[in-house]
Amino acid sequence: MSMPQLAACAEPPAITQPIRQRGQHEVFCGLTSIIWLHRKVQDAFFLVVGSRTCAHLLQSAAGVMIFSEPRFATAIMEERDLAGMADMHDELDNVVARLLERRPDIRMLVLVGSCPSEVIKFDLTRAATRLNAVHAPRHRVIAYSGSGIETTFTQGEDNFLAALIADKMAAPSGGTPARLVVVGCLADVVEDQFSRLFAELGLNGVVFLPGRDAIKGLVLGPDTRFILAQPYLGATAAALEARGSRRIDSIFPLGAEGTSAWLRAICTAFGVDMARFDAVVAQPRRRAAEAMAHYRPWLEARRVFFFPDSQMEPSLARFLSREMGSELLEVGSPYLHRDHVAGELALLPAGVPISEGQDVDLQIERCRDANPDLIVCGLGLANPFEAEGRVSKWSIEFSFTPIQGFEQAGDLAELFARPLMRNAMLTGGGDRREAAR
Amino acid sequence: MKLSMWTYEGPPHVGAMRIAASMKGVHYVLHAPQGDTYADLLFTMIERRQSRPPVTYTTFQARDLAGSTADVFKQACRDAVARFAPDALLVGASCTAELLQDDPGGLARTLDVPVPVVPLELPSYQKKENWGASETFYRLVRAFVGRTPRPENIPANSCNILGPTSLGFRCRDDVTEIVKLLTEEGLDVRVVAPLGATPADLARLPEAAFNIVLYPEIADVTARWLKTAHGMPFVSTIPIGVGATEQFLTEVRALAGLPARETPCRDRLTWYSRSIDSNYLTNKRVFIFGDATHAIAAARIASEELGFRVCGLGTYMREFARDVRDAAARYGVEALISDDHLEVETAIIAARPELVLGTQMERHIAKRLRVPCAVISAPTHVQDFPARYSPQMGFEGANVIFDSWVHPLMMGLEEHLLQMFRDDFEFNDGAAASHLHPQAPAVKPVAEPAQMTAAAALAAPTGVIASWTLEAERELQKVPFFVRGKARRNTELFAQGQGIHPITVETLYDAKAHFAR
Repeated sequence: MSMPQLAACAEPPAITQPIRQRGQHEVFCGLTSIIWLHRKVQDAFFLVVGSRTCAHLLQSAAGVMIFSEPRFATAIMEERDLAGMADMHDELDNVVARLLERRPDIRMLVLVGSCPSEVIKFDLTRAATRLNAVHAPRHRVIAYSGSGIETTFTQGEDNFLAALIADKMAAPSGGTPARLVVVGCLADVVEDQFSRLFAELGLNGVVFLPGRDAIKGLVLGPDTRFILAQPYLGATAAALEARGSRRIDSIFPLGAEGTSAWLRAICTAFGVDMARFDAVVAQPRRRAAEAMAHYRPWLEARRVFFFPDSQMEPSLARFLSREMGSELLEVGSPYLHRDHVAGELALLPAGVPISEGQDVDLQIERCRDANPDLIVCGLGLANPFEAEGRVSKWSIEFSFTPIQGFEQAGDLAELFARPLMRNAMLTGGGDRREAAR
Repeated sequence: MKLSMWTYEGPPHVGAMRIAASMKGVHYVLHAPQGDTYADLLFTMIERRQSRPPVTYTTFQARDLAGSTADVFKQACRDAVARFAPDALLVGASCTAELLQDDPGGLARTLDVPVPVVPLELPSYQKKENWGASETFYRLVRAFVGRTPRPENIPANSCNILGPTSLGFRCRDDVTEIVKLLTEEGLDVRVVAPLGATPADLARLPEAAFNIVLYPEIADVTARWLKTAHGMPFVSTIPIGVGATEQFLTEVRALAGLPARETPCRDRLTWYSRSIDSNYLTNKRVFIFGDATHAIAAARIASEELGFRVCGLGTYMREFARDVRDAAARYGVEALISDDHLEVETAIIAARPELVLGTQMERHIAKRLRVPCAVISAPTHVQDFPARYSPQMGFEGANVIFDSWVHPLMMGLEEHLLQMFRDDFEFNDGAAASHLHPQAPAVKPVAEPAQMTAAAALAAPTGVIASWTLEAERELQKVPFFVRGKARRNTELFAQGQGIHPITVETLYDAKAHFAR
């Protein structure tokens, strides 16, 4: 399969103005990103300062209690805290003391703000400073907001990384500055694959953010460059840019095309010889093509509708459209970062409806009218769509599955193809959407 | 401020959602930020509900706080009424909106929407899910029953069933079982609420002679009010277990004015428990934790019908602490009243049970401790909504309970053999019951590579298995454990076919791509 080359400096084409409707959103809040962050950053503990709802959300979104004692918890605010009968800061200090006593292995304690803590203007940054005076350096304490009035789903990771950078800069650890920072949570296996590719490309001094270790790592220097591995990192990119690091622009490493373009952008920035680049990526790229080819028949010419979820939607849509030959009916995203997704939007077919934000009831109507072959949506909507005889793919899996890089390109295609394959199996090989027409 | 890792109950507005989702024609407008919409998936995923729960969230954002969140709320109410045309509108706030003090009830009154509006005041920072459900049901019943006098000449055998809800533990099947049982006894079940009821059905509640409360956590308050306001007596014996079901039927017959009679034995639990095979159940130590209703019932069955010994009893529902304490006293244990799962874990370890009967939380604790466990109470998980008919109540419920409690245990003879030959390398204290083997966690994960290689060797007895480079072996360990064996076999098969030796990381991924279909 021939891979379309990404023009080094794509002209922004005439993208139709995104659909923007003000109505009910049906998305997770930023707290939900704790579900993968607490697994990735193994020496950190995430303490949400919030309500019973926050605790219930984390528990429900986590697939209900996978880990008997997780590396996250909620400090649930109660009536006496709000009524001023108890000093909230004292209460938090006590909760933290209890927690650290129980889990002395925690190296970094992350206080996470929630909707209620934001509304009452409970200053967690101040709390972190105070707690650091007591517990650092044994336990470092930082704070960020994952509140749903400000953040949607993956934006929680964005705020966490921005806070992590601010903390690193406040307490510089010394050492050699990184040449390249790869920003955005990646599965360990993906991180290792990229590390090997970087080594083969002769790129050293690469740091992943977040790494598996929260305390060690990041030193920024005047020449440090960074590249986003995830499209939802506006605040993190701004934090790095504010400290003089320059961003390497690229589309995101999803699919063979995305991964090639992403690695090529890095190589170009560091002056890696293109012949070497071609030699290094040839094999993995061939493998990606081989793996993806298995699924292309399932996805070719299939009509796909994306509900907003993780901000990865433009990249996923680009992958489906350009590498799988799918047709896009609507690409919904909770938020579109104009600079960071410009490259992705430029690669979408002209005239594809893009929506930003949501009025879920109106969007469901549009979706039903468009009658897609596959609906990519959240867990609250998927079964109701299935019950209508439609085929859905729950979008949260794109955040919880290794899908980036060459070796995962086939897995990514499979995630989209699986509901269609399953539907075909359960309906005796035929396609019920076809039969309905 | 309270440190919490896992919670037994959600916030009270989730309880209100459960009532709205149980009923027909009720829509709930919840003043809440976007993150609160996670609650939809409790219904669509855990219960596999086929439609979205009837809830509209205002999903106000930070930028709305500067303007008017009240306007956002009013618009959401108007839109919801226009779109869903409900018979009744519930309005309320979640924890965040409660802090804004927008007063959803007051705002809704100014809207002049063409349907009855029932405002909910659910203090999120004091109360929890079951209280919220109970309060919501009570408010709805008060709103639709009102003070209209009851009709004359109510047939004595007419009754209502109160309490079953969406996301309740086995409510769906309990209702079927109990309605069937009551109908066989000559009773006329008029309204089941909230599950499946409309607001108009609630208005008809006083037209029956009496009420039956199946789930006090949800309906006790409502039943008491119907008794006070309308003189409706209610039955509060919970028909879980054979003895309790018989007592329940006796009470129902008395209230319905039906002649008392001996209930013929219609269950299998009684005989199964009596049969000599069940001898090994005698005095097994059982730790019980759950909501009040199911925990108390479980303790009674365990002790009186199965011959277990209750070594711990508790509940996460403080509202029913007294009932659970009374029950615990009967079995000579101290009741554990706590919603801190770490405290429950400590109590389980201290009690050294041979069987744990609890919620999903205790199932995880028991799994970790490698103690057999059966789930008897909410909070529920997708497994607690089985495809098959499996009530807890009535005689069939007793049969289901016998199976689901006894099945996780090691069978009698097996247990004896284990005690006789303790050091058998395959069957030992650490091993799970043999009939549960497929579900048992791997005892020695370190042995996995050798076992898998042996398995692969068996699959291809003539071939020589290529060895793995250290790096490839390490890479393989990053594959999730549940597919790792398959990945290893596939890679070795691939390497063998291609004549590759040794297996490198490249081979691993070549094979992965090769077998990607």
